[in-house]
Amino acid sequence: MIITKIKPLDEILQYIESYDKILILGCSECAYGCSTGVENEVKEFAEKIKRERKKLGEPIKVLEKILTRQCDPSSLKPIEEFKDKVSALISLGCGVGVNLIADLYPKMEVYPGVNTLFLGAKIKEGYWVEKCRACGDCIIGYTAGLCPITRCPKNLLNGPCGGVKNGICEVRKTLPCIWYKIVMRLKNRGKLEKLMEIWEAKDWRISGGEGVRELKEE
Amino acid sequence: MEVKTYLQKVLESGEFAVTAEIEPPKSADPELIKEKAKCLKGYVDAINITDNPRATVKMSSLAGAVILIKEGIEPVMHITCRDRNRIAIQSDLLGAYALGIKNVLCLTGDHISLGNHPQAKPVFDLDSIHLLSLVKALNEGRFFNGEEIKGKKPCFFIGAVENPFADPLEIRPIRLTKKIKAGAKFIQTQIVYNLERFKKFLNLCEKLGILEKVYILAGIMPPKSSKMLKLIKENKVPGIEVPDELIKRMESAKDEKEEGINIAVEIIERVKEMPGIKGVHIMAVGWEFIVPEIIKRAKLYPRPAL
Repeated sequence: MIITKIKPLDEILQYIESYDKILILGCSECAYGCSTGVENEVKEFAEKIKRERKKLGEPIKVLEKILTRQCDPSSLKPIEEFKDKVSALISLGCGVGVNLIADLYPKMEVYPGVNTLFLGAKIKEGYWVEKCRACGDCIIGYTAGLCPITRCPKNLLNGPCGGVKNGICEVRKTLPCIWYKIVMRLKNRGKLEKLMEIWEAKDWRISGGEGVRELKEE
Repeated sequence: MEVKTYLQKVLESGEFAVTAEIEPPKSADPELIKEKAKCLKGYVDAINITDNPRATVKMSSLAGAVILIKEGIEPVMHITCRDRNRIAIQSDLLGAYALGIKNVLCLTGDHISLGNHPQAKPVFDLDSIHLLSLVKALNEGRFFNGEEIKGKKPCFFIGAVENPFADPLEIRPIRLTKKIKAGAKFIQTQIVYNLERFKKFLNLCEKLGILEKVYILAGIMPPKSSKMLKLIKENKVPGIEVPDELIKRMESAKDEKEEGINIAVEIIERVKEMPGIKGVHIMAVGWEFIVPEIIKRAKLYPRPAL
């Protein structure tokens, strides 16, 4: 899923300083960062803003709406009804949602309510870890299912480097060396010889090197 | 026409090679390199000049290498993949060769998070193995993209590093094989303190039949103090293994510096007898002036005149 984190309240309050009526737009598909569900997340977020603005002596009206996703123009339709009712919109979807709203609604003031962090997995309650960088060319079929582009801080294609000690990366003590894991997984399958081959340098164009990436169905 | 570097000639002649290392200053002062160079001149076959080691900003290795040439010393220029993409790397290599730099050491580089600008964007467009094949391509008259170099092509003596102490042991000789395949002609190893492990590593290399295909220079670092060894052990410098006995030996020594010299000389003598070891690379960072003494005591002086 896309891991996001609510932005600091001060930053949000700055965005909406001059407005007295806003819409909080939740996104329920893949980008909510809290464990209690998107309804709670939106409600809590709205309450916080109202409370703070009340404290500042500048009460604000906050409407709430949850969309299935904000990354698809058809799913965005429901925000039409709010267009003239609010002066700004705060999206709790990932950066894709905010961008698409800005693209499609030139007059709408839209602000991000979250920082979009990474594509990751929920390891346990309250703990998520990045597993994919969407680099455009999955090599994990050859690396025992483990991605060195994402999980090796040097994006090594021919690892492990000389900084690994006891299976731990040189970057920080809590980070396992993914190349160490790749080697061990291949070794356990009797496929260590796979690592004898030199993996050629990556063509970064497909990873965003040529700017915005597109996909057209043929 | 292939022009051989002095280091290359020493290795090819079968002489036991000796190289040392200078870290460029954290300033624009060339004198700091010159001073160290003067002290090492005549005692070593070439001097490595590092490329922003531990991801900390220093004078560039290219500039440092040129300063060494002016001092009459053959440099081994380090080049890492951390701060430059393939365009910048090739451009620097062409420039380096034009300025008389002929030995290069290809490394991936310590990660940015270990240095003094952890906010920087890590490049790592290539890894050290790609970098080796890039230099090899330049030597063969091709850019990394396959385009022909019209006009003078460089002729680098290509080096790489290997850390026999990193995990897991069995992958290290495999990775070294890849480096040789990619173009490495000489290897400078991580600092050797654990001789048993080093021997195991060399035995695995022997089994793969790679010891005849490359010149291996063992990495030597005279420990200046037990405190320094402890810092290394705490992983302040990635990739170096320090056995506890070595720290104890230093701690119980009357004169730690003298013991540090003894240790370096002993390790040189031991690795000299190991299969495939064709030289030593002495890294006495911050203690460069002690290198001539170590070389003399290890009976590696005078250096061959080729």
